[in-house]
Amino acid sequence: MDDLLSEFLTETSESISVLDVALVNLEQNPNDPQILGNIFRLVHTIKGTCGFLGLPRLEHVAHAGENVLGKFRDGELEVTPDAVTLILQSIDRIKSILSHLEQNECEPEGSDIDLIERLNAMAEGRSVGSPSAPPPPSPPMPTFESVVAAAAAPSAPEPEPEPAAAAPAPAPAPEPEPVKSGVPAPTPQPPAVTAPVETGVPAPGGEKESAVAAQTIRVNVELLENLMTLVSELVLTRNQLLQMVRGKDDSEFATPLQRLSHITTDLQEGVMKTRMQPIGNAWAKLPRIVRDLSVEMNKKIDLQMLGAETELDRQVLELIKDPLTHMVRNSADHGLEPTDERKRIGKPEVGKIVLNAFHEGGHIIIEISDDGRGLNLDRIKQKALQNGLVGESELETMTPQQIYQFIFRAGFSTAEKVTSVSGRGVGMDVVRTNIEKIGGTVELKSQPGKGSTFVIKIPLTLAIVSALIVECAVERFAIPQISVLELVRVTANSEHGIEMINNAPVLRLRDRLLPLVSLKRLLKLAEDNGEQQETFIVVTQVGTYTFGIIVDRVFDTEEIVVKPVAPILRHISMFSGNTILGDGSVIMILDPNGIAGATGESGLLGGAQAAEAQVARESHADAKTSLLVFRAGGEDLKAVPLALVARLEEIEVKDIEHSHGKPMVQYRGHLMPLIAIDGIMNFREEGRQPVLVFSDREHTMGLVVDEIVDIVEDRMKVELSANNPGIIGTAVIAGKATTIIDAGYYLPQAFGDWFGRADKEFGNAEFHQPRILLVDDSPFFRNLLTPLLSVAGYEVISVESADRALALREQGNEFDVIVSDIEMPGMSGFEFASAVRSDARWGLIPMVALSSHATEKDFERGRQVGFNDYIAKFDRDALLQTLASTIAANKGAA
Amino acid sequence: MNQIVPAGKRQSTELAAPETQDFVTMFIEGQLFGIPVLTVQDVLGPQKITRIPLAPREVAGSLNLRGRIVTAIDVRLRLGLPKRAEEKKGMSVVVDMGGELYSLMVDSVGEVLSLPAAKFERNPPTLDLHWREFSIGIYRLDDKLLVVLDVGKLLDFTRNE
Repeated sequence: MDDLLSEFLTETSESISVLDVALVNLEQNPNDPQILGNIFRLVHTIKGTCGFLGLPRLEHVAHAGENVLGKFRDGELEVTPDAVTLILQSIDRIKSILSHLEQNECEPEGSDIDLIERLNAMAEGRSVGSPSAPPPPSPPMPTFESVVAAAAAPSAPEPEPEPAAAAPAPAPAPEPEPVKSGVPAPTPQPPAVTAPVETGVPAPGGEKESAVAAQTIRVNVELLENLMTLVSELVLTRNQLLQMVRGKDDSEFATPLQRLSHITTDLQEGVMKTRMQPIGNAWAKLPRIVRDLSVEMNKKIDLQMLGAETELDRQVLELIKDPLTHMVRNSADHGLEPTDERKRIGKPEVGKIVLNAFHEGGHIIIEISDDGRGLNLDRIKQKALQNGLVGESELETMTPQQIYQFIFRAGFSTAEKVTSVSGRGVGMDVVRTNIEKIGGTVELKSQPGKGSTFVIKIPLTLAIVSALIVECAVERFAIPQISVLELVRVTANSEHGIEMINNAPVLRLRDRLLPLVSLKRLLKLAEDNGEQQETFIVVTQVGTYTFGIIVDRVFDTEEIVVKPVAPILRHISMFSGNTILGDGSVIMILDPNGIAGATGESGLLGGAQAAEAQVARESHADAKTSLLVFRAGGEDLKAVPLALVARLEEIEVKDIEHSHGKPMVQYRGHLMPLIAIDGIMNFREEGRQPVLVFSDREHTMGLVVDEIVDIVEDRMKVELSANNPGIIGTAVIAGKATTIIDAGYYLPQAFGDWFGRADKEFGNAEFHQPRILLVDDSPFFRNLLTPLLSVAGYEVISVESADRALALREQGNEFDVIVSDIEMPGMSGFEFASAVRSDARWGLIPMVALSSHATEKDFERGRQVGFNDYIAKFDRDALLQTLASTIAANKGAA
Repeated sequence: MNQIVPAGKRQSTELAAPETQDFVTMFIEGQLFGIPVLTVQDVLGPQKITRIPLAPREVAGSLNLRGRIVTAIDVRLRLGLPKRAEEKKGMSVVVDMGGELYSLMVDSVGEVLSLPAAKFERNPPTLDLHWREFSIGIYRLDDKLLVVLDVGKLLDFTRNE
């Protein structure tokens, strides 16, 4: 029987037995408002539920009864024995309909007009006639399908209930009428969306106790939870015993233990079953939602639900309810095309959303697929770039599947318009978080034009999970098996050992570089003390991020009962819980999500964001910089700090236009001048020309290159300073001598007002690493000046605002000179200078102002507030010379 | 005339109400401490304790008490005292706090004392600030003083961490 219906029956039988008693009570105490209120409420609930389930006969009877009771309650009618009898009669009618419902899963044919009329008459205060003869049966009311049928779409109409089946309906019930009474109207069906074929045990006789009600009892969930905990403990104890006996073949305990083991397993399964609920319960609301959506969005949607009987733990069920609803909404809203669009592209008019649930190897798989337009790859790419989730170069190398996963990131919605349904950019990330919270995973497949499929994989139960036990610095930890992909053993003399990139361990695994996390270091257990004979790497997957956890030893897997950690430890994100092992010891369960979060999915961070992050870390000159390596005007490698490059573009050669003899291209609605590295334009004959786009505020310039080679992260240590304009010097990048290009040289060639003339000449590094504090709100200038000044021999600390600079003062930092921009949001350069001069700590540090407005008036004002010198922003020569002389003068004075 | 008051209902501030109150006594560094007897679930000898990485310093680890996981707190460290010497074996008092079990690690556990309210006094203002936070008050015993520990505050790591 349909669960909704059987639940309704159970509940209603309970209410009705209460009603019987209460009505009799009412007769004795006709003026007790409490009893009346209670009766009214019960009848009202029955009416409401019937309406919801689409049971019109019940609803109408209950409604009429409720009317009368309402009058009683409001004091408009007197409670007379006659009235109570009438109410009791309607209760009896309800009971008889219910019992029919229980056997046949549909309301009996017939009408209750007589009863309803008498009830109405009573309500209106007219005198009540005697119970009339059975009223003429009437065809079923057409209100029927309103609620459910539109959305439910059961695969085929159910066979009509045998007319004879209605026969046992009790006394006042009408004779059943053959249903085929001419009108081919949809037959009343129970709302049973997936109404199974089996029927309840036919109970002979109408007035007997509800069979369904007798078969189920209500148990407090807490009791079940406790039972589950106890069984979990039993399982653990069993495991413990098994471990003790293991290896002793002749133990006299072996046989009884085997039996104990079997029984325990059965018991565990049994108790788990009590917590199991069919996933259809979580789906119950979906037909309605989809129906509403289809009306609102004017799409025709067919929601198919397969495997609704698949059972899973109620705790899990609760947690996936919302994500599922959200995903179905998403499919209906942006997955499926509007009807006319579907017609145009030759798809069936009715869009299909299929929910499919099934068991697979200790997990439940839930698939949500639609036959809509699929995900829009370009929009996702665009959005990912826009949100700074990924760099353009990285995006190039990603597969569509990888790119699709971006929709699980926070704040990511590609819906062009926000509807009441979706498009607000909250959602998929929440979905993923919720599913991962219960140890599940969610994957996404999409085919343009064909539709998309989400695959959710969740454990059957949360109570017992299988975990891999590992050891690290003599401590043992458990890692949930679901996130473990494979184990790799690394010995000192194996072919591929752990390699280090500036203290970041990586492993070459089947032609991929796997980032590694040392558990020892992460948990601050002990320092890695050099070479170990062998270590193990647990290859772990979180979402699409795969990484390895370095551990000392790996034991076997064990079934564990996850227990939450004490509240005082909840803040440690590395642990998802703790547990007691078979040997009785307590161990912590590692949370792969937490570990991934703590190590940062830095692989997906790129471009401007990484640069920002780096600046925020007060980048030192020898910190690692991401460099873009390319070839231009020759075979030798050239590089430019990646942070300076806004985008990498490939421009169609035919799009290049000339104006004033200078090449340019229309780019994002503006003209972008193109500059060649050696001044000679060597555009390709045809096809696409790679271009590095530099951008600062409103200016954009393209530097034409021959080939983009790579992006490497390395120390930018310029070893040979060049004397050519446009070149900072030569550095060893990724093992090869590479020319570092001075982007600042090329920029003024594109825009007169961007930079002034920029001749190449560096101040001599004749002083010992003076420290410069650079304050500038433009990341572009910070990124430009930092390497430049570093090359000139300064140690540069750059911050993006005056406030941050003053914070450094509070931290006790000392500098030899401060270089500050003037126009900054928040505290301006002038105010900053006053603030510095007004405090003794930095009071004597020379300050140099840097501004694009270098008028005499500005100079004057700058000097007044305490700047020692004032330099036009683009005049790097002057800057370097001024810095040198200022520091020298200050040293001399000191 | 001891009235049994359910542990959950008893407020530490209501100390004055009954005429006498029972305390489990314990020693740390020679100092006598006490906690209301009804808050105590168990007294344990030395246990095998699993360290918890990244936990606050005062959290010694967790242990298995008949299938329940108990978080062990080193009361010495909590009170700002030096760590117990390795060779000395300590004892623990297990308390229930909001449904969670905690084991308070002390040097040794003494007898249960019934103490009259008349001998109770508020913390002297000269008491170390750190101690004053965890102490409800002092009982004057004949030969020594007993510090009543506020278990709730002792286990509240949100305030000062």
